[in-house]
Amino acid sequence: MPLLEVRNLHVQLQTRHGAAWAVRDLNFALDRGQTLGLIGESGCGKSLTAMALMGLLPHSARVTGQIVLDGQPLVGQHDRVLQNIRGNRIGMIFQEPMTALNPVHSIGRQVAEPLRVHRNASAAQARQQAIALLDRVGIADASRRFDAYPHQFSGGQRQRITIAMALACGPDLLIADEPTTALDVTVQRQILDLIAELVHERQMALLLISHDLGVIAQNTARMLVMYGGRAVESGPSDHVFAHMAHPYTKGLFAARPRLGAHRGERLPTIAGTVPQLHELSALCPFATRCDVVLPACAGQAPVATDLGGGHHAHCLRLQATPQVAGS
Amino acid sequence: MGSYLLKRLLTLIATLAGASALVFVVLEILPGDAALIMMGPDAAPEAVRALAAKLGLDQPALQRYAQWVGGLLSGELGDSYAYSSPVAELIAERLTVTVPLALMSMLLTSVLALVVGVYAASHHNRIGDVGLMGLTQLGIAIPNFWFAIVLILLFAVHLQWFAAGGFPGWSEDPAQAFKALLLPAISLAVVQSAILARITRSAVLDVLREDYVRTARSKGLSLRATLWGHVLRNAMIPVVTIMGLQFANLLAGTIVVENVFYLPGLGRLIFQSIANRDVIVVRNCVMLLAAMVIVVNFVVDVLYAVIDPRVKANDL
Amino acid sequence: MTTAAATRTDAHPGLITRLRQQHNLLAGALLTLLLVGAATLSLVWTPWSAFEIDMAAKLQGPSSQHWLGTDPFGRDVASLLLMGARSSILVGVIAVSIGLVLGTAAGLLAAARRGWVEELIMRLADFTFAFPAILSAIMMTAVFGAGIVNAIVAIGIFNIPTFARISRASARQIWAREYVLAARACGKGPWRITIDHVLPNIASVLVVQATIQFAMAILAEAALSYLGLGTQPPQPSWGRMLAEAQTLLYQAPLLAVFPGIAIALAVLGLNLLGDGLRDLLDPKLTRKR
Repeated sequence: MPLLEVRNLHVQLQTRHGAAWAVRDLNFALDRGQTLGLIGESGCGKSLTAMALMGLLPHSARVTGQIVLDGQPLVGQHDRVLQNIRGNRIGMIFQEPMTALNPVHSIGRQVAEPLRVHRNASAAQARQQAIALLDRVGIADASRRFDAYPHQFSGGQRQRITIAMALACGPDLLIADEPTTALDVTVQRQILDLIAELVHERQMALLLISHDLGVIAQNTARMLVMYGGRAVESGPSDHVFAHMAHPYTKGLFAARPRLGAHRGERLPTIAGTVPQLHELSALCPFATRCDVVLPACAGQAPVATDLGGGHHAHCLRLQATPQVAGS
Repeated sequence: MGSYLLKRLLTLIATLAGASALVFVVLEILPGDAALIMMGPDAAPEAVRALAAKLGLDQPALQRYAQWVGGLLSGELGDSYAYSSPVAELIAERLTVTVPLALMSMLLTSVLALVVGVYAASHHNRIGDVGLMGLTQLGIAIPNFWFAIVLILLFAVHLQWFAAGGFPGWSEDPAQAFKALLLPAISLAVVQSAILARITRSAVLDVLREDYVRTARSKGLSLRATLWGHVLRNAMIPVVTIMGLQFANLLAGTIVVENVFYLPGLGRLIFQSIANRDVIVVRNCVMLLAAMVIVVNFVVDVLYAVIDPRVKANDL
Repeated sequence: MTTAAATRTDAHPGLITRLRQQHNLLAGALLTLLLVGAATLSLVWTPWSAFEIDMAAKLQGPSSQHWLGTDPFGRDVASLLLMGARSSILVGVIAVSIGLVLGTAAGLLAAARRGWVEELIMRLADFTFAFPAILSAIMMTAVFGAGIVNAIVAIGIFNIPTFARISRASARQIWAREYVLAARACGKGPWRITIDHVLPNIASVLVVQATIQFAMAILAEAALSYLGLGTQPPQPSWGRMLAEAQTLLYQAPLLAVFPGIAIALAVLGLNLLGDGLRDLLDPKLTRKR
């Protein structure tokens, strides 16, 4: 049984124009020691998925489907049950290290906090363990810096601290939501390496969320491409990159600026803009911008096409059935 | 922390000195002959001169100022013309009413404002929030002395649970003394807490939006633990600032409310002294009130640094 | 708690939509109009003369003759209230104008000059906060005697640091903006920049603050009149009406109710107007709080 199973996940949000489905029919599984990358542009629902896993969606959101962690269902559980899981079985790090830490508490206290909440550790024990964690993530002079405040650290250091905080109770699953987006390029590499080391060391499952193809390519074994709240393509990362099938994935890849491009060469773009949440179609969300759209796309939702080796894509064009022939 | 404290202390002393200079200029130099004012325009010139000599008014202004400041620091404030007793004693006596009143209303205000503000913030945009905020709008609009009168109308005239004014003194029955201060404290607290509740709600909502609250929740803290451990301390920063600023208004309010309830406090003393043209008393009382405001703001500044470790680093 | 996906799909609602959502603005505007209307009306007509003493009709309750009753001198309460609106508005307008003009000038100067000029102005402002309007009025009364002029001056003086602070804070933000940098790069002097760029951009903040300060001024005037330090007889004033009414709580309780309601409505109206204007003029701040 895999560590994490997500089946048929739907997330509905309350917008100004009424209720809208922000995540539709998401399916994936993750085991210990495995890495999965969730990639898509802003607003595609990847962060919402992470929040759904943690049970931290806004009050007005509705979640249907199944999220099962080690056999325990999470959807619809009382917050008390989920509190036991957050910071304990699942750890999460966020995008903005500059604001993720409480400015009026020392960093040591914040790293020790999960230990005091979940392990009932005494202040002294928690302090000891926190210092060890800080040391492991690369904070120099950890025992002295324990009492320092967040504003005394750089962005990269603060992200290391949040990593230490997330791993304090030895979770089985680590969710990293755009952990390096707000950091300098040089620091990005260090943080990603640190995460990779720790994931390997502790045999955790890693869910890495990013909008950056490079980050996903280099740090995940499997990936899932999202658009408009749906999965459009998924599979082993190398496979997906080598044999891109979905028009959106192809468009995304083509839109990358490249070294060695000729002067005056225009960057290819995907025509149109991301539709508003309430305007998303229940069928293929990409149909309005797709340049190889079929008439059938307007009447039928895309189904997962197996492209071999665990690689799936959700596109009607790939289904070589006589009814939709007519390319 | 040491250098921060020192800087604040120096600012405190400078502000106090400045305030004393201003009060002296306005109340001593501007009006002209203080003895003439005190005795009235019809007094005999020799009597006026005698009084002037007694008060040392024939000395140069700077010297009088220095004497006065010296007197302020040593507690020797001269004698009241109208009451023929030392001003210091007079003021001390009146303070036994004004200080407890101010403290009581501050306590009521803080408790009420915090409860209302936090409740409204945690029920954001729901009925509780909207209703309470409507009430606070009303609370801000109501003059505190009118609310006091309405309270008297209801509880003293109609229900007869309280006296309509007056103060029995602390020595006989402390319980009765407290009772006499209750309605005044409530009327002061209503307006203040309305303002403070709105600020508290706003501050809590702001903090709830912050990323570190999301982090705390993601670590498995319950809503309550997050509120107490992470939200409140940060939300208190703007709230404490406003409380400090409100202190001046509180004092102004006590002056008015003391008059509504005929309480023998500092406010009434000032009034009676103005009517009696007792310039010395007025001058010292005003200085005292200004000093209280300045000191409270100093305390707020220090509290600020205690609550928020970033302040010492940036030294605002 | 916060989420990544946008739940606002209408990033820039139109003016009409915004107006419709502004209950505050509408209610506030209505009440303020009522206040101004009452004062204006009193210039040409009141049900009875507010100065006419009629001892035979004293302390009557509301009737068809005297809609809100009469005071201990037989004067019509409704007429007194209408004329009282005049005092309140007069004090409010002049005191706030003093604060607005002088305070904004000081604040703009502080923001433009920076350095020790700014320090000095801000220290003076902080200093003035130690003397609330009541205290200043007391001092002025002790020196110059009671009256409406002193009340106006005292309240006005207290408004100056408020506007100085607000205008300096807003002006500093504007000075940091790029179009100001561009203007400076073109050689524009600080005086021109202040007038051309800073002032127009902080105007909305000042308008909102002025409305709120107007409300505060009305409260302050009422308190001062109650204490006998503000508007002097025979000019009617809501605050003084309350002082007179307090001595007659047993005989004519209603006398203490009407002036208070008048004050509360006027202040409430102005506060709501100020809040509504803030929501309207500064949409960046329109997060539903």
